[in-house]
Amino acid sequence: MSLNAKRLKRETTDPWWVRAIIISLSIAFVALMLVLPLGVVFFEAFRKGVSVYLAAFQDRNAIRAITMTCLAAGIAVPLNLVFGIAASWAIAKFNFRGKGLLIALIDLPFAISPVISGLVYILVFGMQGWLGKWLEGYGIQVIFAVPGIVLATIFVTFPFVARELIPLMQEQGSEEEWAAISLGANGFQTFWRVTLPNIKWGVLYGVLLCNARAMGEFGAVSVVSSNIRGGTNTLPLHIDALYNDYNSVAAFAMASILASLGVITLIGKTLLERKLEQESNSSLESPTTEGTS
Amino acid sequence: MNSRTRAALPGFGVTMGYTLLYLSLIVLIPLSALFLKAATMDWNDFYDTITSRRVQAAYRLTFGASLIAALINTFFGALVAWSIVRYRFVGRQLLDAIIDLPFAMPTAVSGIALMAIYGPTGLIGKNLIPFGIKTAISPLGIVIALTFIGLPFVVRTLQPALEELDGEAEQAAASLGASRWQTFCRVIVPSLLPSLLTGFTLAFARALGEYGSVIFVAGNIPMKTEIASLLIISKLDDADVPGAAAIAVVMLVSTLVILLLVQGIQWWSQRVTGRA
Repeated sequence: MSLNAKRLKRETTDPWWVRAIIISLSIAFVALMLVLPLGVVFFEAFRKGVSVYLAAFQDRNAIRAITMTCLAAGIAVPLNLVFGIAASWAIAKFNFRGKGLLIALIDLPFAISPVISGLVYILVFGMQGWLGKWLEGYGIQVIFAVPGIVLATIFVTFPFVARELIPLMQEQGSEEEWAAISLGANGFQTFWRVTLPNIKWGVLYGVLLCNARAMGEFGAVSVVSSNIRGGTNTLPLHIDALYNDYNSVAAFAMASILASLGVITLIGKTLLERKLEQESNSSLESPTTEGTS
Repeated sequence: MNSRTRAALPGFGVTMGYTLLYLSLIVLIPLSALFLKAATMDWNDFYDTITSRRVQAAYRLTFGASLIAALINTFFGALVAWSIVRYRFVGRQLLDAIIDLPFAMPTAVSGIALMAIYGPTGLIGKNLIPFGIKTAISPLGIVIALTFIGLPFVVRTLQPALEELDGEAEQAAASLGASRWQTFCRVIVPSLLPSLLTGFTLAFARALGEYGSVIFVAGNIPMKTEIASLLIISKLDDADVPGAAAIAVVMLVSTLVILLLVQGIQWWSQRVTGRA
């Protein structure tokens, strides 16, 4: 019996040398492909010392690029948050035909190349586009201006909150909302007091990823921006401009802000995933425990 | 839950109306502008644009480099996912967390970082030039950038499938006398195949549309290292909006077909394994 069990154990676990090879290859690949590029950003940024690094932020164009990035994310994230909550309420709490299609359409911007995401707005608001000439008559410029940057940012971050909340709210069902309604709460009270506390970590998770992409988007905004320095440059566009001017330290100094934001996003994401897993486990009757061997 | 005969929860009209309005304004109407633009083009112009030598070279490069990068990612992604799910070692959770870095790091930042490593004066790049290997300003540089951005797709698709493969089938195979190698070939690989294919396809589709990280390392030499996304931008710079739309429509339709293929794979694997 114990001999048999031993044999089974041997046959279903990999020998130590297989484990050693697979683990070392995995770590080496991730270190080379992911960790090295991250490290290089900070190495290059501080290459000529802290004072040169800090001097890069004294530039007026740098400040404007940071402001522009915060403005674009500051508009895109709340708008996509409101949309994400509305869409997940409609999709998770009600049955209707074409639900699968609607979810697929919401996911669509993820499938579209960033350059094409910018291009579609040029086709609508550009001078050769549908509305460009008409809007110009009112003195409104969208393309090569701030509205274009904001629209492109909204487009590329469109699905983030919705795709996080739809499965979460579907999993949670509507029992608690029914209870609230039957006790006399109105729709808004039900959402605010019952639904929102249940989905708060999911909302935060979606917002975190949405914000990271909004602040880091390059392709889509580069299509709709004029590339006039200090005009409509976001931080990633400013990095591109500095790099093309062979101002490497300043480019990497700007990049270090976004890389730090990326690291913070990763940490936040890992913590929130743990939180979400705990909550879904505690709401289930028998949490599936992972083997520890 | 809604099958019970009681009034629906409130808010369907408002939330659904807003969802459809916002979706139409931000995504559907602008996207339809792309297809309408391409549709108003004369067929011969459209055909000439997408079959011109420069555009063909860009398509070949984009698809070829994306394919190679997705294959590299499928191999190493499988190793990484296997390590994270099956083994316990120091730094495992860190490895797991860092996989998503390409999602969190802006593409322009990745682009200049990769150039600092693989460029002619870069850490690795300068050491390989004496051997005649150009790791940037070459198709190889494009493959490296596309490998960087595609890795999480394979790992994150494989992880749940590996977790589901909880060892019971392997134990059964072993108790029936299969060797570890036989179990791997006959039990493990077939049950992971749908996820491997899905991960590969997602990485491939993402690589097709990538722009930011590639343009820094590609060198962007027409006919040689110019990807399709960049060609769209150079058409726009030449004020050739229809030309840009034509190239974009081909890329977009290809990506959508590939992603439909993913749906097909998932549908097929659910039918084969009988899982919900």
